[in-house]
Amino acid sequence: MNFYWHVWAHLRKDLQLEWRSRDSITGMLFFSLLVVVVFSLAFDPTAAVSRQIAGGILWMVLLFASTTALNQAWNREQRNHVLDAQRMAPSSAAALFLGKALANMVFVTVVELVLGPLFTVFYNLHALGQGWLLLAVMPLGTWALVANGTFFAALGLRTRNRELMLPLVLFPISIPALLAMIQATTGILTGENEPDLWIRLLVVYDVVFTTVCLLLFDTLLNAE
Amino acid sequence: MQETVQPKRTGIILGLVWLTLTIAVLIIGFREAIFISPTDAAQGNVGRIFYWHVPSAMLGLVFPYVNFAASLAFLYFRRRNPLAALTADAWAVAAAEVTVVYTSICLVTGMLWGRAVWGIWWTWDARLTSLLLLWLLYVAYIMTRRLSTTGQTSTMGAIISVFAAIDVPLVYFSIRWFRTQHPSPVFGGGADSGLDKSMYPAFLWNILAWLMWGIFILAFRISVEKQQQRKEQAAALRSLEGDLDNFNQGGYRQSESGNAI
Repeated sequence: MNFYWHVWAHLRKDLQLEWRSRDSITGMLFFSLLVVVVFSLAFDPTAAVSRQIAGGILWMVLLFASTTALNQAWNREQRNHVLDAQRMAPSSAAALFLGKALANMVFVTVVELVLGPLFTVFYNLHALGQGWLLLAVMPLGTWALVANGTFFAALGLRTRNRELMLPLVLFPISIPALLAMIQATTGILTGENEPDLWIRLLVVYDVVFTTVCLLLFDTLLNAE
Repeated sequence: MQETVQPKRTGIILGLVWLTLTIAVLIIGFREAIFISPTDAAQGNVGRIFYWHVPSAMLGLVFPYVNFAASLAFLYFRRRNPLAALTADAWAVAAAEVTVVYTSICLVTGMLWGRAVWGIWWTWDARLTSLLLLWLLYVAYIMTRRLSTTGQTSTMGAIISVFAAIDVPLVYFSIRWFRTQHPSPVFGGGADSGLDKSMYPAFLWNILAWLMWGIFILAFRISVEKQQQRKEQAAALRSLEGDLDNFNQGGYRQSESGNAI
């Protein structure tokens, strides 16, 4: 029970900070809007083509946008040496990680809720497959990006070139998840392929990597 | 202090003997592959690149396990036995670099071969993509070690190695599913579905040769890394001792001046 209280405390603190500053959500929103516009100018897609490519573009936009926000995610903990205090606190490091990852999950989900309608408008989309399955694919895919992203952003704190570090590690590790999200989303939008296999892969990926992150976060936080 | 930084004499002799043997086997492998093995009926002499491409691919998939095992050992020994942890770390970094060398050779020879036989340098086939991902992961591993702050490098590396080890099977299966849904036109069937008997000597000699070479550069790199570690420790110790001396002298002087006043 104690563990969940700690997670909740970390989550509430992050949500409160974001509510007051609105830094990461506005940043991500504007960034993703720009990327959507640039992509649609670059490809100038018709409705049929856009159904083929929208899944890929959507996840690329979310990947880039969440990378920009995740790079800043631990900055709040660095100010006034909060992170050092967290390390000395008796609460488990995994709780800190889970709280932070859940907060990032909320931020990216908010961005997705705004981005969804925008995508439908700009790319003239409507799903030919089972559209409701997107309700499973979106959270699963987002969690895959955000859990590992939060972990590697913390890893980046300990390197000299933090902004470069996150994509350098996150992108190759995320390839199976990215493939699964994109294939599932494209399958749903075009209605040509069954997304089941890819959703199952996403579930496996999420479970496995969340476990690894929770287990290793203490090692990462006390790396010396 | 200086003696410990030098590598041991027996180690050097053993290394030289191993290197000589390796070069001999490499020469045998080269002779078998270029002069004795029959020319491929379909591909001509270009097919001989097989004897370098496949061994390097196989070994490029073996050394990541060394890296993973060493990283796990490092994480286990980190707080329990610092000296064992340092050795494990030397193994991990050496194995990662050897992995990058072998996967690079495999990718480059594969591209040359692909260009000659398929007419294209690259195709997003399951095996090619998985190997490219493996290469990317280990380059990321080495880059992380390069960029991380001193004192934390080994832990960062070990953590990434664990992630990479879990990621590689997922990558392999996901890309296989991806490509079985959209079969690539370049591959008719399995590329090496059966090997002719006459090809075995050259193939096996080359595997042995490149395995020996891999073990040699692994051991060489480990010994270099361990020397580096010893040098760093010696430097740390020296500066610590220097500080102590200064502190003692400073303290002495202060008390002296205190007495004078």
